[in-house]
Amino acid sequence: MRLAALLLAAFLAGCGARSASGPDLDVILAEAPAETLSAYGLFADIAAANPASGVVPYELATPLFSDHAEKHRLVFVPGGKSAAYLKDDVFAFPVGTVLVKTFAFAPDMRTPEAGAYRVETRLLIHKETGWAAYPYLWNEAGTEATYSPVGGRRTIETISPAGDPLTIRYAIPNQNQCKTCHQAGSALSPIGPKARNLNHEGQLEDWAARGILTGLPAGLAPAPAMYDVSLPVEVRARAWLDINCAHCHKPDGSASNSGLWLSATETDPVKLGIGKHPVAAGRGAGALMQVVVPGKPDDSILAFRMASVEPGVAMPELGRTVPDPDGLALVRSWIAEMDAP
Amino acid sequence: MKLTRAAFALPLAIILAACGQEAVTPAPDAAGLPAPLSAEGDFGATLQAALISAKPGDTILMPEGTFSLIDPLSLDVDGVTLRGASQGGTVLDFAQQAGAGEGLLVTSDDVTLQDFTVRDTKGDGIKSKGADRITYKYLTVEWSGEPDETNGAYGIYPVESTDVLVEHVTVRGASDAGIYVGQSKNIIVRNSVVEYNVAGIEIENSTGADVYGNIARNNTGGILVFDLPALPVSGGNSTRIYSNQIVANNTRNFAPPGNIVAGVPSGTGVIIMANRNVHVFENTFDNNRSAHVLITAYSEPFTDPAYNPLPRDIVVRDNTYSGGGDDPQGTLAPLAAALGGQLPPIVWDGVATWTGATEPQAVNLTIAEAPEVGFLNLGVPAYPLDPAAIAPSPDRPVGTPPAEPAAIVLAHVKD
Repeated sequence: MRLAALLLAAFLAGCGARSASGPDLDVILAEAPAETLSAYGLFADIAAANPASGVVPYELATPLFSDHAEKHRLVFVPGGKSAAYLKDDVFAFPVGTVLVKTFAFAPDMRTPEAGAYRVETRLLIHKETGWAAYPYLWNEAGTEATYSPVGGRRTIETISPAGDPLTIRYAIPNQNQCKTCHQAGSALSPIGPKARNLNHEGQLEDWAARGILTGLPAGLAPAPAMYDVSLPVEVRARAWLDINCAHCHKPDGSASNSGLWLSATETDPVKLGIGKHPVAAGRGAGALMQVVVPGKPDDSILAFRMASVEPGVAMPELGRTVPDPDGLALVRSWIAEMDAP
Repeated sequence: MKLTRAAFALPLAIILAACGQEAVTPAPDAAGLPAPLSAEGDFGATLQAALISAKPGDTILMPEGTFSLIDPLSLDVDGVTLRGASQGGTVLDFAQQAGAGEGLLVTSDDVTLQDFTVRDTKGDGIKSKGADRITYKYLTVEWSGEPDETNGAYGIYPVESTDVLVEHVTVRGASDAGIYVGQSKNIIVRNSVVEYNVAGIEIENSTGADVYGNIARNNTGGILVFDLPALPVSGGNSTRIYSNQIVANNTRNFAPPGNIVAGVPSGTGVIIMANRNVHVFENTFDNNRSAHVLITAYSEPFTDPAYNPLPRDIVVRDNTYSGGGDDPQGTLAPLAAALGGQLPPIVWDGVATWTGATEPQAVNLTIAEAPEVGFLNLGVPAYPLDPAAIAPSPDRPVGTPPAEPAAIVLAHVKD
């Protein structure tokens, strides 16, 4: 019976009918991306968004803001392999790992599950040659997503979590723009899956128990979440800056030449923007003199650019067309409570 | 009438060409070029798809025409040539741009960009980052209309790169620098026209640059060689600025205030700030109303312990000067007012130390010009500036000229 099942699976694999048999490493590790998202076998039922066996949903303590999109994350680590824990960096995932991020909207983002529809799914795949990023766009029916390296725009009508009507010219990044955010030196790297984003609600213990993570130390401090009001404002604001900015604003990121480095582990006040003059900001600086002026959010370029929706001024450059009201309020509070030097 | 006009136009064209006033695109050699991309449909999507699917060695040929683009372009494949029909014949118009910081971003090596125009981007025009052995040629990057604070910062913007060639380009209207090369090494900027920018050409935090045969006119400042603190790459040195026409850079400073070039006095020809081993020679300076050559220390507070804010090992020789200095602007205005309202062609702030310096530093300035070429040492003891403490002097310092850097040889350019 068991042999028959194996034979059947092998037969189905030969036919390319993947959905019933789980992730297909041949497709995952192929040189070129598959035309359709379903071909990877990451979903047991792609229309219903049910992940296949071995494909694990996860969440970040503080997510990147993307125009209020609801994001659904999945990780697949090939059977028998595991990611190695790293303290500050993205875990060392093995070849064959797939990180899946689906961006969804609903008519009213106060109830994001009601009438939700998927817009795009981005795959980060750890190939033999390093990470590759592939964007997929969903069809209207929500039954399949197709490889779309060029990206594009889609108008989204919704109501924000705060209850404001929003029309969003949502930008679906092209494949090169994936690299803008995911750059680490000359290679691509995931952004989210590191301990300071994942270690909440027992998630890392769950990964360890599933065997997809090794080397997890005991007694790890929980990841700071921007919404955790029990934490100091500075910790929450730095958590927001880390996930929203530091993928570019780091020594080997796309904004390296700015000398403005915003990771949660940065300790040099000037590198964090305190008293720092803009370098290549141009009109992005507004009429302001410094990135962060302690005590004065209105005089700080950081808050000015976070609040802007103008191309050439707005930061982050990619991934949002409306401001993140919560992140902006938090960063403004952080600057406001800073003592003047 | 027709004959007269032609007879008049032809010699003018020859004169202009001889001066390098306008870069004239050579006709593309039809052999070896692929068919141009289709101009039908969404050209931005067509072009971006081609940029993504290109293979090393490919040439992507854009058709003639003006194309309105909503989203920015990017190239991340090594060894690709992106080419238009001609410098003015293929125009990528970003007036309706809705996202990102620049019109075109290149992040791969061995790329050539030629024969097209990028217009009215919301941020920078064309940026290349970590893109070694890049060539920009026969390109125009411009912002239409009057110089405006809301124009993008840089027109042509290579950064963090080795072996950079910029030639036969025209840049107009940048609210920071027309051609800006930052945190790079081994650079040639030549035979280009920069006008109505805040800075015409700026070489910043870079090592080894030859800037020659350019026309820098009607900018706020013509050609700048700077080094700034608190950046991943600093210690800029070894730049030669020669055989350029640096004329009437008297446009008002329209840079947004926080940026370093917002401090550039309108009417400066060349500014050397905090850089080392810079040679300015055989240029033609005319009618720059503040000063033709300004040599200055970085004047803001800084904490970077590795940073030296002084200009060091500077040579100014054998240039031709006429007019100018008659209406000094910006920070130079009050200083000039105290000195009768005029400035000579060459002005040095005189700063030779800074807060935190452990010993006096050798600026080592060599002014090897005819005796009648005026020079002024403003005699600023240190920054921050205290106008009451300055001690101006017309005496030229006696420096030991440093060896001139060898001509830049680029790994990817044979000539």
